This record gives sequence, structure tokens and C-alpha cells, in this order.
Amino acid sequence: MDSSSEQPVDGTKHNGFQAKLREALEYLLDTCESIGKTIVRLFNGVGSLTYFILRAIVHSFMPPIYFRLILRQLIDIGYYSLPVVGMTALFTGMVLALQSYTGFTRFNAESAIAGVVVLSVTRELAPVLAGLMVAGRIGASIAAEIGTMRVTEQIDALSTLSVNPFKYLIAPRLIAGTVMLPALVLVADIIGVFGGYVVAIYSLDFSPGTYLSQTWSMLEPIDVISGLIKAAVFGLIVALMGCYHGYYSQRGAQGVGTATTNAVVTASILILIFNYILTQVFFS
Amino acid sequence: MSGANPAQPVTVGEDATRCSELKPCKMQLSGVRKAFGGNHVLNGVDLQIKAGESLVVIGGSGSGKSVMLKCILGLIYPEEGSILVDGRETVGLDTKGRDEVMKKFGMLFQGAALFDSLKVWENVAFGLIQGRRMDRRQAKDIAVEKLKAVGLKPEHGELYPAEISGGMQKRVGLARAIAANPEIIFFDEPTTGLDPIMADVINDLIVECVRDLGATALSITHDMASARKIADKVAMIYQGRIIWHGHVQDLDSPDNDYVDQFIHGRAVGPITDDLKRG
Repeated sequence: MDSSSEQPVDGTKHNGFQAKLREALEYLLDTCESIGKTIVRLFNGVGSLTYFILRAIVHSFMPPIYFRLILRQLIDIGYYSLPVVGMTALFTGMVLALQSYTGFTRFNAESAIAGVVVLSVTRELAPVLAGLMVAGRIGASIAAEIGTMRVTEQIDALSTLSVNPFKYLIAPRLIAGTVMLPALVLVADIIGVFGGYVVAIYSLDFSPGTYLSQTWSMLEPIDVISGLIKAAVFGLIVALMGCYHGYYSQRGAQGVGTATTNAVVTASILILIFNYILTQVFFS
Repeated sequence: MSGANPAQPVTVGEDATRCSELKPCKMQLSGVRKAFGGNHVLNGVDLQIKAGESLVVIGGSGSGKSVMLKCILGLIYPEEGSILVDGRETVGLDTKGRDEVMKKFGMLFQGAALFDSLKVWENVAFGLIQGRRMDRRQAKDIAVEKLKAVGLKPEHGELYPAEISGGMQKRVGLARAIAANPEIIFFDEPTTGLDPIMADVINDLIVECVRDLGATALSITHDMASARKIADKVAMIYQGRIIWHGHVQDLDSPDNDYVDQFIHGRAVGPITDDLKRG
């Protein structure tokens, strides 16, 4: 009687333990599965991006080359970005001069302001800020345009008309991005330094001649060249991310929206990462 | 009825659908399979299309019609199987080989897929200018001629796609598809989204253009009126397989429950039974 009354209790305990064990195992399996899927997705993404970059670069150098489209992209990316980049550089140079003055007067180091402005602008601020502004303006526009073409089957239509989408859509944008961002940064360098000059002369009462001579004495060719090389890399990144996310855009308006967001976010992050790497290469 | 099992292909008038020396195959698909993740869209498609014939593939949404078309065009790579165009294997072709094969094709897309940054005539002449490097003036003359062939005036050529109606966009898409006088023309849901009259106009244009060019046509649609009008032969795709292939005249007595339900648009039948079974 005792044993028969105890047996079900043991059985229930055993069953409860088994159920908990099964639950724990299922949870563990689910976790492993989601980790595995994430890893596979990551490698898939890296592989797909690498393949895309290689194809894009190869097609940029192989005929046929669509010069009219390259020219149109040069104008779109370069000329139409000029006001945004120019305004950014102007106010960055002005703020930099003001802030440097606030800090440097504490140490009687006002004479370093011109140097700080020119080095900061040419080495870092002009390429990085121009890169980020162009990522927002051009990266988004490229992703939206190509994404819409994907969704409305225009990219498939290109293939059926014996036109390679990589040559027709991707290559002109890559070439234009890589060529035009350095040009924009060169203009931004001049405008940024001019912004600092205007504030120093008209607001901080610096002598124009002294300010300019301090600027020139601090500036080395490598400062400008490193900024231009950074800009070329950033331009390539912006165009690549826009093209990549647009080209593999998912169906529907939401897919194009996501592609646009991803293009801007990934380009911005990559610009900051590559800025560090390139700074390390040039100045470490 | 013999159509109870879609896994077993049923062919009406088998001799008539098979290629012969007199009527060689323009395209031949054998065992074509394609899956997206765990979703097996094509499960071994076998299909022969003779030179100069107009074949319409019918089937429900998600049955694999568009994927099959894209596999032939090389826009999607099949995992298994063979696709012969004029006897040449096109699966796994390199870029140069693919370019050569693509010159035989013209395609009318479901939404026309016109390039919105280009004028109508530039859309029609696009393949000639960019794909075949033809002089712009010469290409424009051809574009205007093709626009006339689909019932549009030269003035329409100067407009942008956003400035013309859906029916006109389809006509422009058709003009673009035939601009380079292709040997094979694909029509993807040519009448979707059009009113019945405009749909019939497009069907007539398709029949006329294919006849004038002497081209081989492959269309996919679920519009039965369109299928009856433009087809010499009809094939039905279901669950990624061709389950019926025969003359358009045999469509009304298909001897296949699946085809029978589909062409009559019945809510009850083996297709809905399969859907319920999941």
C-alpha cells in the first residue's frame, strides 16, 4: 500500500525532471540555432559584399565604359554636394577657431590657433565631415534609386537588354564617388580654413598677416594629401554601400527604406573606422 | 481523372508538344530545380518549346512561373537541370556566352519596367544604343517605327514613362521587347492591371508582333482570356512542375482535375484541397 502510494510520487518527480531537462535542452538548442544562424548570416553577408566589391571594381575598369553616365554622376555627387559640404566646412572652421581660442587663451597659446584650425580641417574634419554629409546625401540617394530599380524589375530589364547592371549602374557611381569626394574635400579645406580666418580676424582680432603666415608654416603637403586619400576611400565606401544595399534591396517600399537606412548607417560607421586606420597609417 | 497526382506529368497530344526535326526545339528545360532556403519553387521542370510557337504557361500565384522565366533568362541560377536555347546549354554560361544568348531575347515585364529617367523613345532604343552600340539617330528611327507598331505616335516618344498611362506603358514595354527583332520573346503577366479592353488590345498586339517577327513566344499569365488569345500551346505549372502541356484547343477538355479547376476558377477542387492539407 505504501509502496503503491509512493510510486506515483516518484514517477511524477521523474517526469517533472525530464520535462525540465527537455525544456532546458530545447532552450539550449534554440540559442545555439540562433547563434549559428547569425554566424552563417554574417559570413554570408561578408562573402556577398566581397564578391560585390570585386565585381564592381573589375567592371569599373573593363569596357564598355559609360562616359556620359560617369559625367552625370560626377555632377550629381560633386557639384550638387558642394553647397552642403561648403556650409559644413565653413561653420566647422569658424567654430574650431572660436573653441580653440576659448581653450588656448588659458595657456597663452593663441598663436597655435591657426595651426590647430588648418591641421584639424585638412587632416580630419574636412574629409570625415564631407564623407558623412555625402553619405547622407548621396549614399541614401544611390540606395533608394537602385533599390527602386530592383523592386520595379528595371535591373532585370537591363540584363534582358544585354546591358550589364554592374557596368551601367554601379561602376559610374563608384568612379564618381572616388573621384569627386577628394575634389569636394579640397574645396572644404579652403573654405574651412577661410572660416577660421574670418573668425580669427573679425571676431578675435588676429592680425591677418600673422594668422596666414602661422597657417602656412604649420601646413605640410602630407596634411592635405592624407586628407585627399582619406576622401577617395570615403567616397568609394559611400558609393559602394549605396550600390550594395540598393542592389540587394528586398521587395516593397519597406525594403527600399531599409536599404537606404543601411546604406547611410554602414557608410558612416565604415568612414569612422577607416578614418582611424588611415590616420594610423599616415601619422603613427 | 488522371490529374489527381500532380507529380505525374500529363501531356495531351504528346507528339504535338515534342520537338522534331521538322519543328526543332527553340528552348528545352529538363529537370530544372530551384529553391529559396527551404522553399522549393521549381521541382524539376521539363518543358519543350518549338521554334515559332507561342506557349503560355498558366499557374497560380507562387507556382514558380516567374522563377522559371528568370532561370531561362539567367537572372536566377537553377540548382539542377538543363536549359537549352537553340541546342546550347545556358546554365552556367560565362558573361560573354550569356551576352550572346541574351541577344536572342526580348522581354515584356509585368510592370513594364521602363527606366523612368529616360524618355519613352530612349527606353525603346535602350537595348540598341547601350547593348548593341547603335548610333542614337538610327536607334531613334527604329524606336519610332516600333512605337508605331504598338499604336503609339512619335510624339509619345518624347514623353517620360511617368507621363503616360499604364496601358501605354505596357505598349512601350512591348515596343522595347521587340526593338531588336528578337528570336524569342517573353511576356510576364502582360495584361495584369489593365482594363479588359486594354488587355485585349495588348493581346492583339502581342499576337501581331510575334507573328510579324516569326518569333518564339513564352508567356506566363493567370488571365485565361489572354492565354486563349495568344497561345498555340498551353502548359500548366503546379508546385514547381509542369503537370499539363497541350494545344490551346485541348484546354477545355484537359483530362486533369488541377487544370480543370484552374481554368474554370473554381473555389473547390484538388488545388484548394492541397492548400487545406498544407
